[in-house]
Amino acid sequence: MDLSKLTAHELHDMLKARKVSSREITRSVLDRISAVDPQVRAYMTITEEEALKAAQAIDEVIGQGTEIGPLTGIPVAIKDNMCTKGVLTTCSSRILHNYVPPYDATVVQRLACAGAVMVGKTNLDEFAMGSSTENSAFFPTHNPWDLKRVPGGSSGGSAAAVAADEAIVALGSDTGGSIRQPASFCGVVGMKPTYGRVSRYGLVAFASSLDQIGPLTKDVTDTALMLQAVAGKDPMDSTSVDIPVPDLTASLRNDIRGLKIGIPKEFFAQGVRPEVSDAVWKAIELLKSLGADYREIEMPIMEYTLPTYYLLAPSEASSNLARYDGVRYGHRTKHATDVLTMFSKTRDEGFGAEVKQRIMIGTYALSAGYYDAYYLKAQKVRTLVRQAYDEAYKEFDVLISPTAPSVAFGIGEKADDPMEMKLADVCTIPVNMAGIPAISLPCGFHEGLPIGMQIMGKPFDEETILRVAYTFEQNTDHHTKKPNVMRNE
Amino acid sequence: MRKGKTSGYVLRITDYALGSQMTEYEAVIGMEVHAELLTQSKMFCACTSDFGGEPNSRTCPVCLGLPGSLPVANKLAVEYVMRAALALNCEINAYSVFHRKNYFYPDMVKNYQISQYDYPIGVNGCIDITVDGITKPIRIRRVHLEEDTGKLIHTGTDESLVDYNRSGVPLMEIVGEADIRSADEAREYLVRLRAILTYLGVNDGKMEEGSLRCEPNISIRQKGTEKFGTKTELKNLNSFRAVYRGIDYEIERQEKALQGGGRIIQETRRWDDLRGVTASMRTKEFEQEYRYFPDPDLVPMNFSEQDIQVQRRALPELPEAKKERFVAEYGIPAYDAEILTNTRAFADFFEETVKLFPDAKTVSNWMMGEFTRLLNAAGIEVTESRIRPKDMAGLLKMISDGVISGKIAKTIFDEMFETGKSPDEIVKARGMTQVTGEAELYPVVDQVIAENPDVVAKIAAGDAKAMGFLVGQIMKYTQGRANPQVVNKLLRERLVQ
Repeated sequence: MDLSKLTAHELHDMLKARKVSSREITRSVLDRISAVDPQVRAYMTITEEEALKAAQAIDEVIGQGTEIGPLTGIPVAIKDNMCTKGVLTTCSSRILHNYVPPYDATVVQRLACAGAVMVGKTNLDEFAMGSSTENSAFFPTHNPWDLKRVPGGSSGGSAAAVAADEAIVALGSDTGGSIRQPASFCGVVGMKPTYGRVSRYGLVAFASSLDQIGPLTKDVTDTALMLQAVAGKDPMDSTSVDIPVPDLTASLRNDIRGLKIGIPKEFFAQGVRPEVSDAVWKAIELLKSLGADYREIEMPIMEYTLPTYYLLAPSEASSNLARYDGVRYGHRTKHATDVLTMFSKTRDEGFGAEVKQRIMIGTYALSAGYYDAYYLKAQKVRTLVRQAYDEAYKEFDVLISPTAPSVAFGIGEKADDPMEMKLADVCTIPVNMAGIPAISLPCGFHEGLPIGMQIMGKPFDEETILRVAYTFEQNTDHHTKKPNVMRNE
Repeated sequence: MRKGKTSGYVLRITDYALGSQMTEYEAVIGMEVHAELLTQSKMFCACTSDFGGEPNSRTCPVCLGLPGSLPVANKLAVEYVMRAALALNCEINAYSVFHRKNYFYPDMVKNYQISQYDYPIGVNGCIDITVDGITKPIRIRRVHLEEDTGKLIHTGTDESLVDYNRSGVPLMEIVGEADIRSADEAREYLVRLRAILTYLGVNDGKMEEGSLRCEPNISIRQKGTEKFGTKTELKNLNSFRAVYRGIDYEIERQEKALQGGGRIIQETRRWDDLRGVTASMRTKEFEQEYRYFPDPDLVPMNFSEQDIQVQRRALPELPEAKKERFVAEYGIPAYDAEILTNTRAFADFFEETVKLFPDAKTVSNWMMGEFTRLLNAAGIEVTESRIRPKDMAGLLKMISDGVISGKIAKTIFDEMFETGKSPDEIVKARGMTQVTGEAELYPVVDQVIAENPDVVAKIAAGDAKAMGFLVGQIMKYTQGRANPQVVNKLLRERLVQ
């Protein structure tokens, strides 16, 4: 049996029954990485030695008869914008090509406490800015379903790793869809929890008020297990919220009778391909047949979310990325004669084009004289988006839409058309603007490529979206399909 | 809110020898004061905020601004600033926000400073100052909380080093309105402000160490006009004296420039204490673009009426109130009370001493005289002194009981200050007890009379002043221990015979 192909909960049962060791599982995943990562290129760094050592230690603990948790001994991949003590954390940027953090992100620490085994750090669009992982300063990641296509982004490395069985589970970060869109493109489950549900401490900031860490997994059960492990108030993050995390496995019930689903029309317009909308509608009809009820609604404010996002996110980014100046860590130019040229040359050499563009937009939007017209106005739109969701949730338990307007596009296909690229996030961005939770899960295929459905929930009600997603999964088999990464598979 | 008068104060600077036909100017001064807060930990992390330490030893991912680190506001620092704002008669904003002030500088780890912008903790405050018997209010625009930056160390080579131990230390900024009209008023404002802050225990008031820093904006305008002149900002004022001299110099410099047909450039100038001049650091011809926006890593602070009441109740008796109470309760002059209440520690020392030795005026005299002289000479604060209130009271009691003379008491006080010993110990060890016994003193008196027949003759001839010489001789023989009253009595007895 190829252990790397299994889910965390399947492996957990085997570990508990002593049918397999963490070392065997880890070895299997590392072998899989060796076999397919030269094609997929999901990983920035592979921590083979540390992983095997950790797995060995866990096996010893299991051997002593200690009760083990659901993630104990399970190999996990971490997006390379989360700090890992002693392990390179590059954000896929030249400016941090040599950066080794002296501390672990809270999520990394919590996974370690849960006994998970980190096998490596995954590729992303530089500083999580992008929707295809083509903006990595080092190399693009390839979609395991079709190596000529992108895996989505910015958590493309994590999504591709899980899809190609190069990791059992993974963590990504989502600022405007960076977990859900690659999950959709790679045919895996990805969840962006409510803003404040998971600590951002140690997540290298892109847009602080939108960033949120979440899991990418092979099925909904694993998503619940991962979220359970990392969620909860962190004293190191003022924006993490002190609301108790319920037992999420309790929400994994095949029962949505009486569920009220809202279908916002705007999420099916704006360039959504017919094959995508057909697959999502089919899924909605299935949910209806399982006892849910739905109604189409209008959320006209959604028209403004994309332009608003592209003011707010770059504004915060322009300030968050100011610290990369070559003084304390990371890249420093060799061609400076004074401190100002050191700053500007370091940044010129260290940042890629997309990052520079966003820094410039953000700097402009925050400048005196433009602040009111851009940043402040964008914040007001954001309030309206939140209100639109609040209004919808008075009537509905969840809202359902496509995750992305299309299936995975070709590498290089949209590289010259930044606007087209940004439209890939049109269905996911409103969720970050409102701070609500949402999950993406496979709901069909088009020409052999996965299509994702997005289920949006009320703030801090991850339980309901998990239950809807679980019910859907129990009544379909999309999640069981695997890509043929190698021709001979 | 109290409105401060901004004109009508006659200024001494304008009385300078500028010639009577020349234009009369008045200075317009606004003070920005930065006070490091006396919290144990930094503003946004758990690192110690103590002064010193090996460079960069008091740092962590947060105060180094490492990728992924996040700030968490120090609750005590927020409370301290609220207390200070209340003591400065400010209104407290029920909704207060941290903003990012964005600019690039190597001493800033994030290239933005977490500060406050349009929602500071306190606004619209006011304190009274008294100069030359005239009391006037100085308005305070805002009181806000921010983080300190690191320190650049220029090695003299083509490299500079940075020490981030100060990075993230909580800093309170108090922005005054331009209500100050002279160097005297500026100094007095700072004295009052320092007294209030040290009373609250939120700042140690040490200008020399830079934990209390002031940056005045100074401009001059023709007397009777309303429009502000071009201002300069003054830095590096590390003492009250420097504040006074720096501002005085700057006003005179500006006046000379305008009288000579020149103009004032908007710039930051550095006070050179040794040479007694200000020199240009950098010009500020255009407004710096800081791109302020609310820090998304920190949640806005909402203060309830109850939160504010809790801090109001936590306020100690402030200098003005204490001064009035000292006059009423101890019957000392207002002048004494003002000086005694300049710092809380000094006032506390006075009160504790008076509890044990109730002659308040005598205690006050010693504190303003001998004690202050010794503290100033040693350059230390009362809290750092080894003298304790019970020992000072003990010493004063020895004088009043006639155990020692006032003169010897001063010698003993010096030793108490040096060694921290009690006056009892010192007097015993050195055998300094006053000699009052007539039997003991007769032999000395007789000896001195015998040795100075010429002086005795003068006294006999009616020269009363000559008596003093004999007293002095007796004191010399007894090493000052003889009780002067007894000596006088005995001499009179002998010489009248």
